[in-house]
Amino acid sequence: MIKNISNLGDAAVYCDFGPEVNETINSKVIDYFDHLSKLIKEEKIQGITNLTPSYNKLIVSFDLNLTNYKEIKDLIENLIIKRDIRKNNKKIEIPVCCEKEFGLDFERLNTKLNINIDEVLKIFFSKEYFCYMTGFIAGMPFLGDLDEKIKCDRLETPRVKVPKGSVGITEQFANIYTFESPGGWNIIGNTPLKVFDEKNLEKPSLVNPGTKVSFYQISKDEYLNWNE
Amino acid sequence: MSNIYFEILRSGINTTIQDSGRNHMFHEGIAVSGVIDHRNYKLSNKLVNNNLNEAVLEFAYQGPLLKLKNCKINFSITGDVIFKIIKKNLKVQEGRCYKNYILEEDDQLDIISTKNTAYGYLSISGGFKIEKLWDSYSINTKAKIGPNNGKKYSIGDKIPIKNLNLQKIKRMELKYFESSDNVIRVIKATNFDYFSKEAQNSFFSQEFSVSKLADRMGVRLKGHVIENVVSTNIKSEGLVRGTIQVPADGNPIIMLSDHGTIGGYPKIGVVISADLDRVGQLTPGSTVNFKEVSLEEAQNIFKAYTEETNKYLNENN
Repeated sequence: MIKNISNLGDAAVYCDFGPEVNETINSKVIDYFDHLSKLIKEEKIQGITNLTPSYNKLIVSFDLNLTNYKEIKDLIENLIIKRDIRKNNKKIEIPVCCEKEFGLDFERLNTKLNINIDEVLKIFFSKEYFCYMTGFIAGMPFLGDLDEKIKCDRLETPRVKVPKGSVGITEQFANIYTFESPGGWNIIGNTPLKVFDEKNLEKPSLVNPGTKVSFYQISKDEYLNWNE
Repeated sequence: MSNIYFEILRSGINTTIQDSGRNHMFHEGIAVSGVIDHRNYKLSNKLVNNNLNEAVLEFAYQGPLLKLKNCKINFSITGDVIFKIIKKNLKVQEGRCYKNYILEEDDQLDIISTKNTAYGYLSISGGFKIEKLWDSYSINTKAKIGPNNGKKYSIGDKIPIKNLNLQKIKRMELKYFESSDNVIRVIKATNFDYFSKEAQNSFFSQEFSVSKLADRMGVRLKGHVIENVVSTNIKSEGLVRGTIQVPADGNPIIMLSDHGTIGGYPKIGVVISADLDRVGQLTPGSTVNFKEVSLEEAQNIFKAYTEETNKYLNENN
């Protein structure tokens, strides 16, 4: 499953699941993540401080005062991973308002893809996506894969401030800006939904690795009167 | 709100509450945060007889001006910091770092600035009266979590203090001198071979200077441009403190406590754990040289560094 294990500095183990980015590989990353999370929670292993799953990698950070690279590497190599199917059942529907004032990059997408924006949105809203990872900023989900027809490079010059709630696309991925942040994704709309909630101590991020996500369009009125 | 507190008369540039950091949240996109300089953090707590992982006030460059309300405390400041105590009767006492002092009701503590380091630490006996979120007191201004609603302190804010009777704390002073060594030791990272042979050599032989773009997220360096011969982007993946990423412009960035949890620039190296305190304290305009070490060397250097820290911590016992 893991193609190669190496050290990232002196306090992290770098697990490489191979060069491809797809749901099958990512599910394996998440299986390892879930398994290790459970062991940490049950206090069966000591010294691990963080787990960072991404498309095709898992980074295991540890406290060099308590353990070391060799110990954690041996532990990972000896894990027997059982797939917990129930965990990957979560489905979330996310409302998006695509009024022109929120669709910051409609013109750019229209020019770059040579498809009119109604068609771009139709393609975007017709598919169910998979969450590869959550991160960069708190709660930001990285979703895929977009239809080939609406793949577009990121902005040549990133925005200094992307508004909170913006829904963006780039290459084969979509994401949601959970906070106002710098960023270079093509923005097609904005969601009123709270995607990161620090008051929810157990699950602050609405979308987690493995979650299935679909988007649906709402009107400006619905956006303004959104109540959770 | 507690009726004993510090009133902030001047906020300073970047004044926050920090502790050893917030673990097990990277997968939610939440940085570890925590103090930039762990050794100075522990020393400041030690000097007021606190638990070593009690929360402290961290400041950068210009520090805050604080007025103590309705109590008396012991405090200490660590780092390379200029500060003074302005007594209630306006008498001024110059302060020295690595020493504990008594501050009385309505006295002011003026943390004027840091000198050759970027960050300094203020600890008070008994600590601040604040709450933990995900097992940490650290303020994370990016995710807006932690005390003070996750914001750095502003003028007029209050920092509540635990209601403790002032214990008798013996006078303590440490003979501690910041190392002025500018060699930063690095372990090669996963994308080292993305860079040309010439760039690999110059990375470990040329000097880099710290740019003005240095904050709690990271330190951006300038120097010999590092030429990438493979790709200037990788598929985004996890980062750790000390990771040195090289974006398309060829100037390295070292990740610090508030770094984004994932990133898509190639990694040329990772600073060893023992040198992270020193890297975080680099000030704009200062220079560094990178030196390659093996994993085993890094582990040994860390052990020696920890022993040295413990020696300082036990000096007054």
